[in-house]
Amino acid sequence: MQSSGLLSDAISNQRRSEQRRWFVMSILFVVLITSFILDVATGPSLLNIKEVANALLHLIGFDTPVDPTTEVIVTNLRLPIAIMAVIVGGVLGVGGAEMQTLLNNPMASPYTLGMAAAAGFGAAMTLYVGSLGLNANVAVPLGAFVCCMLAAAFLFALATMQHISSGQLILAGIALLFLFQSLLSLVQFISSPELSQQILFWLFGSLSKASWSNLLIVGGVTLVCMVFLMKDAWKLTALRLGEERAKSLGVNVSRLRLKTLFIVALMTATVTSFVGIIGFIGIVAPNIAKILVGEDQRFFIPLSFLIGAFLLSSASVLSKVIVPGALFPIGIVTAIIGVPFFFWLILGKRR
Amino acid sequence: MLTVNQLNVTLDTLTLAKDMSFSLQPGKVNVIIGPNGTGKSTLLKTLFGDIKAQSGDIHFFDQTLTTKQLSAWRKLFGYMPQDIRLDIELSVLEVVLLGQLDALSLRLDDALIEQALSALDKIGLLHLANRSVNKLSGGQCQMILFAQALMRNPKILMLDEPVSALDLHFQHVLLDHLDEQTKQQGWVTLMVLHDLNLAAQYADNLLVLKDGQLVKSGDPKDILTPELIKEVYGVQAEISKDSHGLPFVRTIRRSRTEVNLSTDGKVTQLDKGIANAI
Repeated sequence: MQSSGLLSDAISNQRRSEQRRWFVMSILFVVLITSFILDVATGPSLLNIKEVANALLHLIGFDTPVDPTTEVIVTNLRLPIAIMAVIVGGVLGVGGAEMQTLLNNPMASPYTLGMAAAAGFGAAMTLYVGSLGLNANVAVPLGAFVCCMLAAAFLFALATMQHISSGQLILAGIALLFLFQSLLSLVQFISSPELSQQILFWLFGSLSKASWSNLLIVGGVTLVCMVFLMKDAWKLTALRLGEERAKSLGVNVSRLRLKTLFIVALMTATVTSFVGIIGFIGIVAPNIAKILVGEDQRFFIPLSFLIGAFLLSSASVLSKVIVPGALFPIGIVTAIIGVPFFFWLILGKRR
Repeated sequence: MLTVNQLNVTLDTLTLAKDMSFSLQPGKVNVIIGPNGTGKSTLLKTLFGDIKAQSGDIHFFDQTLTTKQLSAWRKLFGYMPQDIRLDIELSVLEVVLLGQLDALSLRLDDALIEQALSALDKIGLLHLANRSVNKLSGGQCQMILFAQALMRNPKILMLDEPVSALDLHFQHVLLDHLDEQTKQQGWVTLMVLHDLNLAAQYADNLLVLKDGQLVKSGDPKDILTPELIKEVYGVQAEISKDSHGLPFVRTIRRSRTEVNLSTDGKVTQLDKGIANAI
């Protein structure tokens, strides 16, 4: 009798804990929308928030009065940047979350494993060598993408090797980071001051190159990747119990590892090639998500996305308002707000 | 019936199974004993298809272990590895649910949750269901992982030292439940134990391993002798019968009088008093 009472208590507790996690996600969603609207509203020509809201509502089909100038600024300039911030931040958050899951280490992210540095090197090389007849707006992202995927392929090859531990994979990734950073410095060193300046700007990370056509590619890749990740949510949760235990539960660990690594690499390479290097979100977002909803990947993946998206979107707002009229590269701002946050996180965990 | 034929496993230069053959009946608890590093865990991993044997074959009725059909083969198993650390931010219930990995979807089924909770209930841990596994003791984690293995509805259940972190009470809770379910469900149960008395009490069939070889197998009542223990472990033991007629093993420490304190070989035996004084 007593145990049947305990049984139904346990079920309702489980349901309540799921509801709580849905609630956390909805709050984050609202916060993200707020920061998204602020992102659209802020900029060199400070628009009125109400007008921005009207323009946004008009855009999604509501019959609200809207000023044509505001509409043009919102639709063609601000909106693509704001959406890009959300997607890129989300992808970096999820990329970090899955790297940490795969490698069983809270320090792992595509950035710390050298994939971002590889993209940077690829972009720099393309700028240095020239775009080989291609439009520079296509060639540079393409170079970054290819190099990033090459770095990932190297990690990929290592991961297929028998008896390689996640610790060894992380070390290999960090070695890649140093290698590509050195190569990048080399390219900067041998190129002309003007070119060097151009490379530097690319590396800072910037959302200003966002356009509707870029967004289509980035958004499409992200959507497909997210669907595949969510399909494996339970397997990925099982993987975090340890490789041997995951196997004992029937997970084909090497296949799951490779599949997830490929998805993460594809997403990261795509966003990095369009916006440049943006660090810290990949490490910080999943760690916050873990504190808020635990490691049930059904919640952990989407929340890592939402938090990453919020961090980058708010960084985008900050990059515009710190010094009115001046626009700071977003890659710089994220690291600056990311570091104190990171310290808080590390020290907060110390019991 | 799980049948192993002429199994040979070598890792690097270490022989961990040498011409090993045996067969295990459904509804029986089989216990492997043997010294450290002698190939017990390796044998379980080989049966699970995680380590590839150099030669030999493994069957379960008409199914054969091959690399091609590994995932179908593994579906037969509930397997509880030795490592009991659970360093993850999940509730106990969620960890147990993972035992039914293939049935889980984005929305959890009430029936599955009930199944997981009743697995916990049967081993007396229902009250922990909503706790985070990060905050549990090693022994509690071990019980939770046992519940997870049961969730898989196995045909073959393998447990690698399942009571290593458990107190006296939970040792018996786990082993009694295991014995009862093995008989009821007709599982082939195979576990590694270090405690010879637990092995003697719970094994229907005892497999004694040393240096990758199956030294002896059979009913513990028949095969557990002081000579065997001396041969396998190099330890002296006395064996008596407990009130149920099961063998009771009492090991004997090396007497202090045997302590050799001499360097020149003249004084080989000292009386206890002198040894203590020194």
